[in-house]
Amino acid sequence: MVDPRANYDVIVVGGGNAALCAAISAAEAGARTLILEGAPKAYRGGNSRHTRNFRCMHGEPMAVLTDSYGEQEYFEDLMKVTQGNTDEKLAKLAIRSSQECYAWMVEHGVRFQPSLSGTLSLSRTNAFFMGGGKALVNAYYRTAQNLGVDVLYEAHVTHLEREGDRIVSIDVEHQGQQHCLVSKAVVVASGGFQADVDWLADAWGPAAKNFLIRGTPYNRGVVLKDLIGQELESVGDPTQCHAVAIDGRAPKFDGGIVTRLDCVPFSVVVNKEGLRFYDEGEDVWPKRYAIWGRLVAAQPDQVGYVIIDSKSLELFMPSVFPPIKADTLEELAGKLGLPATRLQQTINEFNNACTEGRFHPTELDGLATQGLMPPKSNWARPIDTPPYYGYTLRTGVTFTYLGLKVDESAQVQGRTGPMKNLWAAGEIMAGSILGQGYLAGFGMTIGTVFGRIAGREAARYANN
Amino acid sequence: MQTIELVNLDAIAEARRQIEICNACRYCESYCAVFPAVHSKRAFSDGDIQQLSNLCHNCRGCYYACQYTAPHEFGLNLPKALAEVRQESWESHARPGAIAKIFHRSGTALSLFVVLAAALLVWLIQVAPKSSGEGFYSLMSHNAMVLLFVPAFTLPILLILLSLRGYWQTIGGEPVRWRHVVGAFGSIAKMKNLSGGHGDGCNFEAEDAFSNSRRRYHQATMYGFLLCFAATSVATLMHYGLEMSAPYGIFSLPKLLGIPGGVLLSIGTLGLASLKLKADRELADARVWGGEMAFVLLLFVVSTSGLALYFLRETRLLNELLSLHLGAVLALFLLMPFSKMVHGFFRLAALIRDEQCKA
Ligand SMILES: Cc1cc2nc3c(=O)[nH]c(=O)nc-3n(C[C@H](O)[C@H](O)[C@H](O)COP(=O)(O)OP(=O)(O)OC[C@H]3O[C@@H](n4cnc5c(N)ncnc54)[C@H](O)[C@@H]3O)c2cc1C
Ligand code: HEM
Ligand code: SF4
Ligand code: SF4
Repeated sequence: MVDPRANYDVIVVGGGNAALCAAISAAEAGARTLILEGAPKAYRGGNSRHTRNFRCMHGEPMAVLTDSYGEQEYFEDLMKVTQGNTDEKLAKLAIRSSQECYAWMVEHGVRFQPSLSGTLSLSRTNAFFMGGGKALVNAYYRTAQNLGVDVLYEAHVTHLEREGDRIVSIDVEHQGQQHCLVSKAVVVASGGFQADVDWLADAWGPAAKNFLIRGTPYNRGVVLKDLIGQELESVGDPTQCHAVAIDGRAPKFDGGIVTRLDCVPFSVVVNKEGLRFYDEGEDVWPKRYAIWGRLVAAQPDQVGYVIIDSKSLELFMPSVFPPIKADTLEELAGKLGLPATRLQQTINEFNNACTEGRFHPTELDGLATQGLMPPKSNWARPIDTPPYYGYTLRTGVTFTYLGLKVDESAQVQGRTGPMKNLWAAGEIMAGSILGQGYLAGFGMTIGTVFGRIAGREAARYANN
Repeated sequence: MQTIELVNLDAIAEARRQIEICNACRYCESYCAVFPAVHSKRAFSDGDIQQLSNLCHNCRGCYYACQYTAPHEFGLNLPKALAEVRQESWESHARPGAIAKIFHRSGTALSLFVVLAAALLVWLIQVAPKSSGEGFYSLMSHNAMVLLFVPAFTLPILLILLSLRGYWQTIGGEPVRWRHVVGAFGSIAKMKNLSGGHGDGCNFEAEDAFSNSRRRYHQATMYGFLLCFAATSVATLMHYGLEMSAPYGIFSLPKLLGIPGGVLLSIGTLGLASLKLKADRELADARVWGGEMAFVLLLFVVSTSGLALYFLRETRLLNELLSLHLGAVLALFLLMPFSKMVHGFFRLAALIRDEQCKA
């Protein structure tokens, strides 16, 4: 059992990837370290438990990574998705350090596997964790505990007391009791605020109440809000979040990877009025799924309906829930709760606008509709071969962009200069680097790189 | 062959539900042979699920790695779901199935059976013809033993082959080629599917910590058993083919195989039993824990009584030891089709089938 009055050198707030990397690094540097994880043990690890890979620079084939992925290309990829909305120094630091992270992760218990079947396109850039993010989190908890790090689960940090350029104490609620903990140094790694739906609604309007949260319910941004409220510098657009279109039947929280739906490019998508609203075949799905999160969010009741026919059923990765199946469009409309005549009409118009041509499911095939608004620019085949299948689509939030501003040593910045004993790592500071957009696998890279730095720096400070 | 209906469809339906979630996730792809087999399909027949269940080695890697285990509403526990299907596939393909159910599930029944077999031997040794030779043939002649054990071994093997045929039909197996068998034995020789894919081992006895203990103890058990079996077979051949009869010297082939085999089997089973006490029962088929434990201990009794027989053959304990050893061996043989022993046969079949599907 953890003694709340014990004197810790470093207290790490949060229990996901960034927190664990920080705690391990601090303990290895000789600091007496405590992890305060808000979730119970069964749900420890935040959003990190849902991840599958991290993006890793490398000059030549390296373990499970094929070919090479250099600093320049990595940086350009980042510039493309963020449209320049990044801090170049921090971004390059993350990119350059990602290569040595690989060996560090293996040393600390993480095991890798070749890119998963169905994700070949990532085999060059992303190293996949064997067993996924929860296996990674388990390995880090074991390593940390072997290093003597104490872990307190169900420890909700509610407030960090600031005096000038220092954090002097940490308020934490544990099993119904309030404790006030003191440590020499503090690392905050408690993620974004996406699980606080009210906060999302402040930023997005009431529509956000219908969003699903893809990851942990424990990232409610309590610490982030507390620190920003104490005039620490923030970065990132507070009104933005990364959202994708997922299966509408997914649970409110923690549905994770299996709720994704990859069938939009082969479908017609309508809103609850039975009307199309966007080009389903604009680009390959990995480049479009984030856009669809927003598109669906803009529809009435924040819901969309994907309609495919039997021709397309096996063209995409299976997802967790089986599609709704019907022999006629009318019956399908009934099962999905859509106006039947309208749906029939929409599909008829679409089918009539389809043209002859070569269909190719894995590349932009140019098989486009003619004279239809909005158009479908690729993979446009008539929906005409029963049985028909339908899915509902909803907006699934991955993370938020608002974060704390840090420098290259992960130190949190106040209005008048750095905080002497406060560091931040992971999602809570990722806004500095990912101002908008997302690059698959970069979240774990940021957490690993800055978690290690934060832990090391916090321990150095505590040791002096 | 009406065997499929006997398998509990609830267990299959539950395993299918979980397998379909895994097929959307795929994070566990490299742990074992189960996941690549899953990912190559979209829909899973009852036969497919039974095949997957017999491919699963219960290493538990996928349980501890899973972000969807309870209390999450998806409630993943693949090792358990597959263990229950696997168990039911063995029981349903066994003939008579009811007997299999008893001995798989009840350690007490299995132990009683061993006691009865030992008692039978005590009696047989009194009435059976004796040879004039030394050692234990002075208690029971070689011919008498052969008369008892040859049918006690071959008939159960026949029953197992019958049930394997049912299994093979259920899973849609194809004609077996040499390379399928080679591939399967390659995997068995190293018990690859208990290696965790990375070589650190499985998650059996200490939650999510990886360890090769179970794998090592199993291989000691398996190779030990095979050595003992080889020793007995060689001895029989020597007896009839070369007219060399027991007792054999320490440097004879039966002893060179049998003593290390017995030692390995004793150490292996003791190790497996102790790990089994530490492991979480809810990640396997909890209904058969007792039957499984009794089976492990039966193997331990077979090997240690065999070793004791060798080292204590000059003492007054010979009679009791011989009854115990032969009784345990008799029980093991007779129960082969109705106990955990079938796991080796079904798993071999599943690995062969997996080679076919990979090809
Ligand atoms: C479904 C899904 C899949 C993803 N896949 C990938 C991927 O493959 N690769 C990738 O790079 N990124 C992926 N991401 C993004 C990735 O999850 C994040 O970038 C990364 O996990 C952030 O790590 P973190 O340690 O900062 O936060 P988290 O892992 O979310 O950890 C935050 C921790 O803080 C704790 N906490 C929160 N508030 C408090 C409090 N008040 N008191 C105490 N503790 C608190 C939480 O319980 C949690 O343990 C994915 C995200 C989702 C949702
Ligand atoms: C085809 C070859 C074999 C394979 C693939 C195999 C596989 C396995 C696996 C995966 C397990 C662990 C999971 C479980 O309990 O079901 C196991 C357990 C076991 N095996 Fe084997 N095995 C084989 C042959 C043998 C042989 C020849 C023996 C010796 C008679 C043996 C004895 C045992 C024992 C005693 C257990 C432990 C059961 C327990 O812990 O409850 N196995 N085997
Ligand atoms: S066991 Fe869990 S983590 Fe592993 S593949 Fe299945 S759903 Fe994914
Ligand atoms: S328990 Fe082990 S062998 Fe069985 S499916 Fe899971 S990872 Fe594979």
